[in-house]
Amino acid sequence: MSDYLEELAALISRKQPDAVKDASIAHGELTLEVVPGSLPALVRFLRDDESCRFSTLVDITAVDWPARKLRFDVVYHFLSMYRNHRIRLKAAVREDEMVPSITDVHPSANWFEREVFDMFGILFSGHPDLRRILTDYGFRGHPLRKDFPTTGYTEVRYDEALKRVVYEPVKLVQEYRQFDFMSPWEGAEYILPGDEKRETKK
Amino acid sequence: MKDGAKGFDDAQTGEQKIRNFNINFGPQHPAAHGVLRLVLELDGEVVERCDPHIGLLHRGTEKLMESRTYLQNLPYFDRLDYVAPMNQEHAWCLAIEKLTGVEVPRRGSLIRVLYSEIGRILNHLLNVTTQAMDVGALTPPLWGFEEREKLMVFYERACGARLHAAYFRPGGVHQDLPPALLDDIEAWGEEFPKVLDDLDGLLTENRIFKQRNADIGVITEQEALDWGYSGVMVRGSGMAWDLRRAQPYECYDEFDFRIPVGKNGDCYDRYLCRMAEMRESLKIIHQAIAKLRAPEGQGDVIARGKIGPPKRGEMKTSMEALIHHFKLYTEGFHVPEGEVYAAVEAPKGEFGVYLVADGTNRPYRAKIRAPGFLHLQSMDHVASGHLLADVAAIIGTMDVVFGEIDR
Repeated sequence: MSDYLEELAALISRKQPDAVKDASIAHGELTLEVVPGSLPALVRFLRDDESCRFSTLVDITAVDWPARKLRFDVVYHFLSMYRNHRIRLKAAVREDEMVPSITDVHPSANWFEREVFDMFGILFSGHPDLRRILTDYGFRGHPLRKDFPTTGYTEVRYDEALKRVVYEPVKLVQEYRQFDFMSPWEGAEYILPGDEKRETKK
Repeated sequence: MKDGAKGFDDAQTGEQKIRNFNINFGPQHPAAHGVLRLVLELDGEVVERCDPHIGLLHRGTEKLMESRTYLQNLPYFDRLDYVAPMNQEHAWCLAIEKLTGVEVPRRGSLIRVLYSEIGRILNHLLNVTTQAMDVGALTPPLWGFEEREKLMVFYERACGARLHAAYFRPGGVHQDLPPALLDDIEAWGEEFPKVLDDLDGLLTENRIFKQRNADIGVITEQEALDWGYSGVMVRGSGMAWDLRRAQPYECYDEFDFRIPVGKNGDCYDRYLCRMAEMRESLKIIHQAIAKLRAPEGQGDVIARGKIGPPKRGEMKTSMEALIHHFKLYTEGFHVPEGEVYAAVEAPKGEFGVYLVADGTNRPYRAKIRAPGFLHLQSMDHVASGHLLADVAAIIGTMDVVFGEIDR
């Protein structure tokens, strides 16, 4: 299996040398690191090339790495029902960078790109209708960014006096519980209570 | 010039122009199968444009998962497609097993197959019968739900819950099945074809049912590819694509079953596919029971080790086992760094999990790929040009459940 994937990776990087930065195979899955700007052309090539035929778009999503300069990884998954193989494309983008939309190649990218925009705030250039999709009408912020709190900023309730739904800032009765079960013996990076002098001792 | 004199062109005078009518379909509509809001633009009775508004059931599953351990995340999967809960859990377990490299014991694997197929029947029973209700038949859901009830009792006897099972665990399944349960599932399996025949008799040659479904929502092979369909939606259009066969996971490669394929790609063919798939699932169930009874099918049901809990009896005598158990259910297990995509052939199509692990006890990012999301997306494409009444039939045949679409 991995021989086959290596051949496939070599073929794609030979035919699309400008688009593919790196190829790796892990857990029997082929991952290509690609240049964001060349995505539509590359995806079209993957769809139409006889030995690739990645005809089905499986998924588009993103991963947030706040510490990185290129903050987001936009991740595409494709499947070929004819050749029975899968591929993953990863494009690293800055926070203020636009990613070209692939809705022209795969119409099914439409909602996926809307979702990525909704959840991460990544803009797709050339998308026909880049609206929010999963969150509320008029929602603010991008929930799946790592700096967005799990509780959100607003809460919603029906106000009996006003006879309508009102938005209010989140009020928590108790602090949001974020348990830390990491073992102090296995590299947890905090100082245990009463152990403040540990660093000075050394 | 007098009105109605020469130059009068019937269709083009201002007063004859009819404005298109916009209606809201849902969010509370019995045929919307949940909380779907469709904004429909109608030209008379014909749908011109269809804009689905989703997200009314959005619970932020993916965000919540980032702050919980791998095991705590498992029950969220029951709440995605709540019609066939265990199939979803399966994808999550496969993703973790792929990253950690854990082998599932044979008995655990067979039980997974057995319950995945029960899940498939659960789903198809609900879909076929409620779709029939959407186009005007009332009896099928009453008969179908009776069988669903029996199947949910099997769920309950395996794991204690009718719906939110949390039965598939990373490394296997939670508990072994009692032998009497296998006997009862087998006895049910003997009876079930009769129920299917009854449903067949009600619907397959029913004049109204055929008029409402045949040639409605036709999807060609190219359209199925463009819109990223999977599951019955591609098989109805003539492609024999099934992950259980094409990319076998678990031990599906040793089971004997056929993949029903449609010819015309319309709602009626998809109905026939689902009916045939239930019979195939039944075959797999019988084979799985036989394999579970065979001597090779005995043994443990979960991989004991880093990610599986120790046996109860061992815990009572061994201090290490007790510590391990405690750590496993508080801190949880750690998954090595890496990323992986695991997919199963859920009853609705390809259900996948893209998991990015950073080496801690919590997933760094987990993306849930729901088949219904893509199916519903093409609503505008499929429903345009159909009559308003067909919208209900098309929603039904797409098999949408909002738990998994909105996540």
